[in-house]
Amino acid sequence: MGDCQPIIPAVDIFLQQIFNGLTLGSIYALVALGYTMVYGIMGLINFAHGEVVMIGALTALATAKALLAAGVPPPLVLLLALLVATLVCMALGAAIERVAYRPLRNAPRLAPLITAIGVSIVLQQVAMLVWGRNYHSVPQLLPAGSYEILGAQITEVQLIIMAVAASTMLGLMQLVNRTRLGRAMRATSESPAIAALMGVDANRIIMLTFVIGSGLGALAGVMVSANYGIAHYHMGFLLGLKAFTAAVLGGIGNLAGAMVGGLLLGIIEALGAGYIGDLTGGVLGSNYQDVFAFFVLIVVLIFRPSGLMGEKVAERA
Amino acid sequence: MKFPVKAVSLSMIAAFAMMGCGKEAPPPPTPAAAPPPPPPLVIKLGHAAPLTGPQAHIGKDNENGARLAVEDANAAKIKFGGRDVKFELMGEDDQADPKQGNLVAQKFVDAKVNAVIGHLNSGTTIPASKVYSDAGIPQVSPSATNPAYTAQGFKTAFRVMANDVQQGKVLGEYAVNNLKAKTVAIIDDKTAYGEGLASEFKKAATAAGVKVVAEEHTDDKAVDFAAILTKVKGKKPDLVFYGGMDPQAAPMAMQMKKLGIKARLLMGDGGCTSEFIKNAADAAEGHYCSLPGIPYEKMPGGPKFIERFKAKYGDIQLYAPYAYDAVMVVVDAVKRAQSADSARILAELPKTDYKGVTTTITFDDKGDIKDGAISLYVAKGGKWEAMDTIGGPPPGPAPAEPLAGMSGMSGMGGMSGMTGPKGMGGMSGMGSMQGMSGMAPAAPAKPAAAAVPAVPAKK
Repeated sequence: MGDCQPIIPAVDIFLQQIFNGLTLGSIYALVALGYTMVYGIMGLINFAHGEVVMIGALTALATAKALLAAGVPPPLVLLLALLVATLVCMALGAAIERVAYRPLRNAPRLAPLITAIGVSIVLQQVAMLVWGRNYHSVPQLLPAGSYEILGAQITEVQLIIMAVAASTMLGLMQLVNRTRLGRAMRATSESPAIAALMGVDANRIIMLTFVIGSGLGALAGVMVSANYGIAHYHMGFLLGLKAFTAAVLGGIGNLAGAMVGGLLLGIIEALGAGYIGDLTGGVLGSNYQDVFAFFVLIVVLIFRPSGLMGEKVAERA
Repeated sequence: MKFPVKAVSLSMIAAFAMMGCGKEAPPPPTPAAAPPPPPPLVIKLGHAAPLTGPQAHIGKDNENGARLAVEDANAAKIKFGGRDVKFELMGEDDQADPKQGNLVAQKFVDAKVNAVIGHLNSGTTIPASKVYSDAGIPQVSPSATNPAYTAQGFKTAFRVMANDVQQGKVLGEYAVNNLKAKTVAIIDDKTAYGEGLASEFKKAATAAGVKVVAEEHTDDKAVDFAAILTKVKGKKPDLVFYGGMDPQAAPMAMQMKKLGIKARLLMGDGGCTSEFIKNAADAAEGHYCSLPGIPYEKMPGGPKFIERFKAKYGDIQLYAPYAYDAVMVVVDAVKRAQSADSARILAELPKTDYKGVTTTITFDDKGDIKDGAISLYVAKGGKWEAMDTIGGPPPGPAPAEPLAGMSGMSGMGGMSGMTGPKGMGGMSGMGSMQGMSGMAPAAPAKPAAAAVPAVPAKK
């Protein structure tokens, strides 16, 4: 008999929900960083980013399968697959920027938004033609062990994802705030025209931003598919939407904000799904998981229209 | 509501009238069937299923099944009065989305198709059935199992697969009697199919004495179930029931393994695919599922069909044999009608007695298949292994009775009404139905009515 103790949560279950939330949140954060990078520089929401993540995952998967079949040892496979996926996504990012966004640099803001959606649809369909409609199972390349903490399970993959998300964010912040390239990025972000007068090649900087953002997309794609064990041409859509939400929640354009927004969204979703039902005596169930997450987003945006950390404009990437 | 019930019944009367006088003169909306004799008589069959999105693989599988059937029908060189008959398949993508499903339905009507095979999902089939009914186009769904589809009183709606009342009942009783579950957690994907099946399962399981310890919901695009599974884990059920499709079921099984949940999954037909096994890999082991009908290998035309299908399209995903039979049932009706006229085909469909690949197909007065069998499978050693088949052509557990019961509950009202103990059941049912409620005439009034008593029932 499972005794129903509605309000007092068991420690192991609560901790497990926190782990779930942190993992999900780190994934959102990793993808959200890509959105925020691009937005920070050009004020453009690159809706195709979710699809870049998907292409990254599927490219890595195809590479890994080929290499495994050729008998390459697994750790090397992981590295090579990640490398190939990153290069492909970087090239893809550069191509998207050149073809879909650069010609519209001076167009009204709605135009690049529409092309972004168009690019997203095109990438999805191309991926469907290349990789088919079936789900692909992802070979276990990351360590598969798991630990038990106070009765809650946490896998090594989950720990790796959290570490990757956190270090990616820190790395990007270093890049933006401490390097020459970063300074050029910040200058371009403030005003491309004036940055150009100061000798910054704005086109090159914007292109580089896309390349870096898309490379991160590949990394995110590999992590996501490793965590869920499957990849599919449609996987980028919902992920992109949620990550975009996370970026807005944290303050789009702000790197730390993407991380905070991602983690917050992940934890809200996990705790929401886990406890709304019990807290409301069964009136609201886990079907309100997303409603809850978006409710929080609305509330945050009402009181802080530029997101949780959006006001530090100077730190915009 | 743009379509008052009166309009529906009028159009149905019109359909009846057409059937009545169909023998002498195929009257007004007679598309390709018209006079000019020499060129082959083309019979257009619409096929609707999701060809993009998470369920694209299952949709393509249906279309392939239908395509194979059309090729076979054409190879049989059917002739009416000296004219060759040629069947054409018009395959459309409904994205498993009720709104898109209606657009596709309208497209079929505009293209004057003679019959429709589809849709794949209950959520698209039910609202689209209104469009076909208004246009008098016969519709045979290979795989929509929500009872509401045939409970709307449309004379155009048929299906070749047992519905969820039958499937849910078998699953619920099986969970108790054979799997010896005392407590279950129920998860559904909030679609007409998933939620409908889950509520039928719940009814049968609680009637058999099982305690439902958790009811969770996800959606048909999700991949992360850690949060709801963690909650389920805390309630320690003996069995987890999932009403939904394999794109969710496979990662769910993997995440259950990761979280150390010992309980097994019990799923309906949506999870009963080779994709589930392939993607969940070792996490698939020991989970259960059911499939309306009998195992592919034991189907009358099964082994041969599998061989032919494989040679052409690869492994069967799920419903391909049913899509094949759905087409063949229409072809059979066309042969008997000796006409391409929708009204005449429609008049012949209820008289169907067709030995198909899946089983011998006959329809009851609602358009449901008679004596639909349900088979149960367990994942063992990397494949689905058949365990038991319940019901089926020899008498079976009187399918007429639960069906008659359904008509009283009428459509979706039945589904949301029976989730009473959950309190919010009525509302969530409506929420997920909203996309279609504008189209299904009986629906909107009923769930509302059912939801009112549902809340006090909980207290």
